[in-house]
Amino acid sequence: MKHVVDNTWQPNASINNLFTRASIIATIRRFFSDRNILEVDTPSLSQATVPDVHIDSFQTTFFKPGVRTSKKELYLITSPEYHMKRLLVAGIGPIYQICHCFRNRELGPLHNPEFTMLEWYRPQYNIYQLMNEVNELIDKIIHCGIAEKISYQDVFIRHLNIDPLATPIKELKQIVKLLPGDSSNFINESYDTLLQLLLSHLVTSLVEFEKPIFIYNFPISQASLATINLDDERVAERFELYYQGVELANGFQELTDSIEHRRRFECDNNIRTIIGKNKQPIDNKFLTAIKQGLPRCSGVSLGVDRLIMIALKIKELRQVITFSIDRC
Amino acid sequence: MIYHPNDFYSGLKIIWDGEPYSIEYSEFVKPGKGQSFVRVKMRRLLTGQLIEKTFKTTDTAEKADILDLDMIYLYSDGTFWYFMNKNTFEQIAADIKAVGDNIRWLSNDIDYTVTLWNGKPIGVTPPNFVELTIISTNPPLKGDSIGSGNKLATLSTGAVIKVPYFFQEGEKVKVNTRSGEYVARVK
Repeated sequence: MKHVVDNTWQPNASINNLFTRASIIATIRRFFSDRNILEVDTPSLSQATVPDVHIDSFQTTFFKPGVRTSKKELYLITSPEYHMKRLLVAGIGPIYQICHCFRNRELGPLHNPEFTMLEWYRPQYNIYQLMNEVNELIDKIIHCGIAEKISYQDVFIRHLNIDPLATPIKELKQIVKLLPGDSSNFINESYDTLLQLLLSHLVTSLVEFEKPIFIYNFPISQASLATINLDDERVAERFELYYQGVELANGFQELTDSIEHRRRFECDNNIRTIIGKNKQPIDNKFLTAIKQGLPRCSGVSLGVDRLIMIALKIKELRQVITFSIDRC
Repeated sequence: MIYHPNDFYSGLKIIWDGEPYSIEYSEFVKPGKGQSFVRVKMRRLLTGQLIEKTFKTTDTAEKADILDLDMIYLYSDGTFWYFMNKNTFEQIAADIKAVGDNIRWLSNDIDYTVTLWNGKPIGVTPPNFVELTIISTNPPLKGDSIGSGNKLATLSTGAVIKVPYFFQEGEKVKVNTRSGEYVARVK
């Protein structure tokens, strides 16, 4: 029998890539300190988690010392968003954080269940000011120049000749059927899933998405925790940044209305029930903070591993991570 | 055995829409806030065609009962092409749909991969490269021995390929069966 050497103790990333990684993260920290944005460090463990329909968190159990019967469910954060917003309510001002986030059921060339996120919040900013700041940051690292900005509606009209805010679902299904690569097994899915499927095909197949491009004004059904646009109530103040077919960042002008927060959480939980997932407990510490008054602000999260990957002209996340899930 | 698209791997044979496919490439895709799906490139084994397909992560596919056997070609009676398992001497009759275009590479001294689905042959694959004898071609042109330019030649299996001008009948050539192109002279 052939003797097989077990190499899985070794890092996924080359030592060279890890040096580049360190220098990129140093550049990010300098970018924020030059702008007087405070670095914060919020917990990885949380007593509550997000109700997002398509985000699955890791759960663990905390036992108090000595007390056998007392235990508490805790979650690993899927993003530092709720903790950071509680700091904003407490009056901390502009903040950023580089931290590990954890999402179950995500694994692929661009996904590892544990990954590094850069998240920052700018009081008084709208999404356009924040998109510009995101652009300045990534230009310092990948020298990509000025990114294009296009609305969600215009992307669909320009490339598929359909209006994502007005097209009946019947017509949307016809378009999905015409995609390269048969997607007929999707036709019973929701309007938003069909839109997401179409957008992901555009992003990975069009040359236009080779350059950095911001897509903004997402349909309100995909608002997440973004505010509704004041002029067009069909869209939310949410943007995403794509570069070389990779989704790099997701930002909002943050929702400040606590009643609307609760409504969206319950709505997510209802959809979770319909598709057979557990309802998530509502994070009352977060909601109480929002009720106290989140300052008008915009915030964005950016995938650090993906940014490093692009800087190194690499196609796989595992090559910039020390030990990915199969080696950790 | 039931597979979810997240467990697809290159080489896995599945049944989709009642037909066997071989997975060649599969990639997990997830829009940040959206539902995840799996983008797959797979070969339709009944036709050999490579297709793209997007699966939901909740889709399921049964594993296809596909068997690849090393066999030698025996003969044809015009309706079936007969192959023999070198180990068990068991014989299998493949019809023209299974043999397909590869009919032009069938020769008694070459081993083939015969693909069975539920025990029935659905494909016959020759090796990437085969060595065959030229049985008919025009005589070499004088002064063209360095091989600039091509002419047609018929091989012992019936395949017609382009070869350099200097070849004569009875000589052997190495051919790429995937592209149908001449590769080298065999001495």
